[in-house]
Amino acid sequence: MATFEHGSVKIEVDEDGFMAEPENWNQDVALALASTEGVGAMTESHWKVANYLRDYYKQFGIAPMIRKLCKETGFSLKEIYDLYPSGPAKGACKVAGLPKPTGCV
Amino acid sequence: MADKLPPTPKLDELEKGPWPSFVSEIKMAAKSSLASQDLLGLLERSYNEKIGHWKHGGIVGVLGYGGGVIGRYCDLPAEFPNVSHFHTVRVNQPAGWYYKTDALRKICDIWEKRGSGLTNMHGSTGDIILLGTRTDELEPIFAELTAIGFDLGGSGSDVRTPSCCLGKSRCEWACYDTMALTHDLTQSFQDELHRPAFPYKFKFKMSGCPNDCVASVARADISIIGTWRDNIRVNQDAVLEYTKNGLNIQKEVIAFCPGKCMEWDGKQLDIDNSTCRRCMHCINVMPKALRPGKDTGATVLIGSKAPIIEGALLSSVLIPFWKPVAPYTDLKDLMGRIWEIWCEEGKNRERIGEFIQRMGMGNFLETIGVEPIPEMVAHPRENPYVFYEEYLVEDDEEEGQDKN
Ligand code: SF4
Ligand code: SF4
Repeated sequence: MATFEHGSVKIEVDEDGFMAEPENWNQDVALALASTEGVGAMTESHWKVANYLRDYYKQFGIAPMIRKLCKETGFSLKEIYDLYPSGPAKGACKVAGLPKPTGCV
Repeated sequence: MADKLPPTPKLDELEKGPWPSFVSEIKMAAKSSLASQDLLGLLERSYNEKIGHWKHGGIVGVLGYGGGVIGRYCDLPAEFPNVSHFHTVRVNQPAGWYYKTDALRKICDIWEKRGSGLTNMHGSTGDIILLGTRTDELEPIFAELTAIGFDLGGSGSDVRTPSCCLGKSRCEWACYDTMALTHDLTQSFQDELHRPAFPYKFKFKMSGCPNDCVASVARADISIIGTWRDNIRVNQDAVLEYTKNGLNIQKEVIAFCPGKCMEWDGKQLDIDNSTCRRCMHCINVMPKALRPGKDTGATVLIGSKAPIIEGALLSSVLIPFWKPVAPYTDLKDLMGRIWEIWCEEGKNRERIGEFIQRMGMGNFLETIGVEPIPEMVAHPRENPYVFYEEYLVEDDEEEGQDKN
């Protein structure tokens, strides 16, 4: 485990930078994590993806399959990569405060 | 640095005997690489304790790609700091694995500077495997690789780097241009290769003839194997020449012909091409006398895999004879239909072969719009397998039993 600090945010993360305690997630944390994943600014579209992942995770305890993410948010895979250049698994899930996905997204 | 090699009595055992040894290779790299030194120490420790010290599943990568790098961390970072990160980078190999030494040198230069210096040429998918680097080196590595004309390969649930035998570039048996097809598919499926969105991995392997030098029939989701549909070309004089030089045609050729379609009367070799299985055996034994026909193309097969989550599968025939003609639109459209249904209905980590087993070949073919035909059956001459609609209910029941 390591500590990640950005502005006023201070959280525990694993070696890949995913949150160790997803329950501590909030919008400031999302903004801080976004800065590590090549996301310039969190637009409405970014939040739409992050919030969807967050809700799905809360409900099912895992990340959704990519195809489902695209369908439900209405973004193509390319658009997801435009929003989160490191991809849905590494980028979007991290910003949404999910623990490291294991093989799904 | 050489004198700082950790003591490795157990690993040293693996250097004995006449075989090449990965231990010797790592020791060689350890002369100039701290990561390789720590790797030796860590591995010796694993051998002593009988447990692996690599943690499972890291997620690292480069911007824009969802695959190509496999994250790896060791669980003893304090003791082995130089392998605390030991990520693997997959690099898309050129079709047929042709390099100029110059290109190989450049790759090795990058890897000595930014990684452990250890490589694996090549992985079972076909990629160049660069073993062991740190997260903060990934973007520079990617930038330097692309600057010398290389790209990352596939990893995770995506199209894996397509690979092929060297085909027409060197081999007289090649029935189609494997390298051209591989290059084209790689270019066409860049999105699918770099941005994982499938239920699981998907491999293409191209072999120029039924000798199948890249073993595509055993380990590719789509195997494209060269074949011909006219007659084997026979040079009777050359056949005689072989017998004069001591070849026992009856014993070494005819007895092994799976189609039982050859006859030899001491002067003339007759082949009943209508029952020939295109297995290459006779051609391999008498390459100067026999050649594949002139009307060449490929058989497209689907569904093989090595045993990982479920058991091993061999491919089954999807298209008995296909003429590979650039830009191969017919094949790509078919792939689109296959991915559509597999992505929609496939379970997480279910290979296409397993998916077809679960769904039933009949249903699968119907969904992708391919007519069932006798060539799709492994042993059409021995197995009275029938695809008529009215028998489908019975077929389904039988298949259900088979799975147990
Ligand atoms: S698979 Fe056939 S064409 Fe390809 S290298 Fe082997 S023998 Fe030659
Ligand atoms: S290719 Fe195989 S099946 Fe055909 S004639 Fe030769 S040995 Fe027999």
